[in-house]
Amino acid sequence: MSAGRGDERPAMGTAREQILARIRAAVGTPGADVDAAYAALPREYLRAHHDRDIADLFAERAADYRAVVERVPESGLVYAIARVLTDRAAEVAAAATPDGQPVPDAPFVMPDAPFVVPDAPFVVPDAPFVVPAGLPAEWLAELPASIALASDTPPLSAAELDQMAGVVTGCAVAIAETGTIILDHGPGQGRRALTLVPDFHLVIVRSDQVAADLADAFARLDPGRPHTLISGPSATSDIELIRVEGVHGPRNLHVLLVAPSR
Amino acid sequence: MTPPETAGQHAGPATAGPHPETVGQHPAAGGPHPGMPTYLGMPSFPVAARTAVADSQLRRNLAHATHTIRAKRAGAVGELADWQELRAAAKAIKDHTLANLDTYLIRLEENVTRAGGHVHWAQDAAEANAIVAGLVRAAGADRVVKVKSMATQETGLNEALAADGIGALETDLAELIVQLGHDLPSHILVPAIHRNRAEIREIFRREMPDAPDDLTDEPRMLAAAARSHLRQAFLSAKVGVSGANFAIAETGSLVVVESEGNGRMCVTLPQTLISVVGIEKILPTWRDLEVFLALLPRSSTAERMNPYTSVWTGVTPGDGPSDFHLVLLDNGRTTALADQVGRQALRCIRCSACLNVCPVYERVGGHAYGSPYPGPIGAIISPQLRGVTSEVDASLPYASTLCGACYDVCPVAINIPEALVYLRGKVVDAKRDKHLSPERAVFGVSGRVLRSPRLLAAAQRAGYLGGRLVGRSGRIRRLPPPLSAWTETRDAPAPPRESFRAWWARTRGTGR
Repeated sequence: MSAGRGDERPAMGTAREQILARIRAAVGTPGADVDAAYAALPREYLRAHHDRDIADLFAERAADYRAVVERVPESGLVYAIARVLTDRAAEVAAAATPDGQPVPDAPFVMPDAPFVVPDAPFVVPDAPFVVPAGLPAEWLAELPASIALASDTPPLSAAELDQMAGVVTGCAVAIAETGTIILDHGPGQGRRALTLVPDFHLVIVRSDQVAADLADAFARLDPGRPHTLISGPSATSDIELIRVEGVHGPRNLHVLLVAPSR
Repeated sequence: MTPPETAGQHAGPATAGPHPETVGQHPAAGGPHPGMPTYLGMPSFPVAARTAVADSQLRRNLAHATHTIRAKRAGAVGELADWQELRAAAKAIKDHTLANLDTYLIRLEENVTRAGGHVHWAQDAAEANAIVAGLVRAAGADRVVKVKSMATQETGLNEALAADGIGALETDLAELIVQLGHDLPSHILVPAIHRNRAEIREIFRREMPDAPDDLTDEPRMLAAAARSHLRQAFLSAKVGVSGANFAIAETGSLVVVESEGNGRMCVTLPQTLISVVGIEKILPTWRDLEVFLALLPRSSTAERMNPYTSVWTGVTPGDGPSDFHLVLLDNGRTTALADQVGRQALRCIRCSACLNVCPVYERVGGHAYGSPYPGPIGAIISPQLRGVTSEVDASLPYASTLCGACYDVCPVAINIPEALVYLRGKVVDAKRDKHLSPERAVFGVSGRVLRSPRLLAAAQRAGYLGGRLVGRSGRIRRLPPPLSAWTETRDAPAPPRESFRAWWARTRGTGR
């Protein structure tokens, strides 16, 4: 195991040593084995809260937080990706001014309260979608020629990312109980900024990536990697403690949940 | 393109000065303080509470917000059949961690360092602020973007940085509202909870040069205005400053739980990231997240999961900051740790469920607590971190009806009523050594009277006669000084016509 209480650095009297000394004075004699004591802690909570189909549960719960969730068969995935990106591109273009000038940021359209807010910098009507390295090439096989793609190799600047029409990624794990998508920013997911700055995120989740609950999900992850847990689009509860969607992160989260074809 | 002033306008030091509705002054006015700032000139809780309770707008805003979240939280918690088991596990994990805090801190330090991060230790606020200021200068920056952090509220970091010529831009929507409104935070999770949407719209129109002309008080429009306002600051920031909700000893990972994406911006886009984290935020293992991420979102915002959680371990080449610094903050925590009863406050995960259910908080709001930590948890944290020497800290343990609602909702089962009563004892002990208070004189005399049957009978007769003079319809509403100190805040029943002992002496229990 890593260093225990015997670990002392030569520089006595530093803030570090002072704090550790105060802690030792406060808690008294250490127990025999910290790790054994930890292993004996009570964990009587449930490993999962549902025994129903977890793909169904995930779809339902992700949609609860205003993600747009579609279930598609494996064979239909490439067409679904093409359709979703085409629709998004049309939304961006629709906000263009008649003379073809760049428009304020892509429209932010909520199902029950559509409105467009001016935002800067501008996303141009034919702005590309950024595609991370390692995204399966076949996913993009059916894209119409009108859809522009951008690579993140070499890395795009934050300002360039801000002008993308959106981003397409896979994910590492999803959690059914909470409707959460977890990125570990490995191949096909891109570095963290890629799924943060663009205002539209299309994420593809395979049904075998869906974990029932938090316990199963965290057990599947490699703690050494950076992670982003995403539950619906960006939101805030800061005004009168009412949740509203649409602050700094992507305001549009579109999920394609892929079931294996039989 | 965004006008250049957007990025710079509010990156400068926050202008100090109390909002008309707030009592006390901004911590910046207080000059250097090694520990947690007491908002200077802060009157004791009852005095501040009187002002707050008289503000009917404040009371309406608070009642609306707290009642909304209360019902939602109950729903989110009710979904999990094993809530009590999760809570017991969380309590046990935190207690175990606190009992072995030195071991886990050393493990955390090792693992952060191994992953390419740098670890600093700060005994108090002044040390932490100096470390951060030094790191910001070393990065060649004169401003930082900040994700909401209780630890840096506690150390008064923004004011300390301002004194060093470094601007700190708060990016959490509620923190932005507080900063733009030259105001003080009044809630752990939603620092601008005392503001309603119309007031927020006015603050934005007044203080945000790029606010759209047609800005309405629709919350979505207000959120969109904040998005535009902060966009350039995020994209161009060199240094980000954060706290952390959890630090995992086993892996060296830090976890920031948030909603808006401003946290992701701050911990991802800048080249340098500085995280100021209280030493009690540590969890032993990665697995513990399965407990705490079940408890925290449901307790704080009544969500099954908050929109965004960022987890990072040291630095990752090609992804996020290339320079990561963790500042571990003591600032009174080891003093609390040494106290067997008070120690439990260190389990707190800052969810603010206790504020939202508290009948006292609901009526007086957060400012009256005179601390970055308001509400029931603040009433036990602040006196422990700062001691009970100031007037406001000595009054905080009394800022409660001891109804216990806070204990019921606490996801880590902190027995706040128990700690409050215990701290009341400490306040009394601290006063005992100093001077003879009227209260102590009264209790001294009462003790003598109660020990003597003769004196008690005489006092009861005198009480009845006195009660006849001042009592109306069985209640005493006002007594002359110094007894007025009692009747100012409560009625007393008028003493009965005849005491039990007199009745017994007269009838010998025959009932006549």
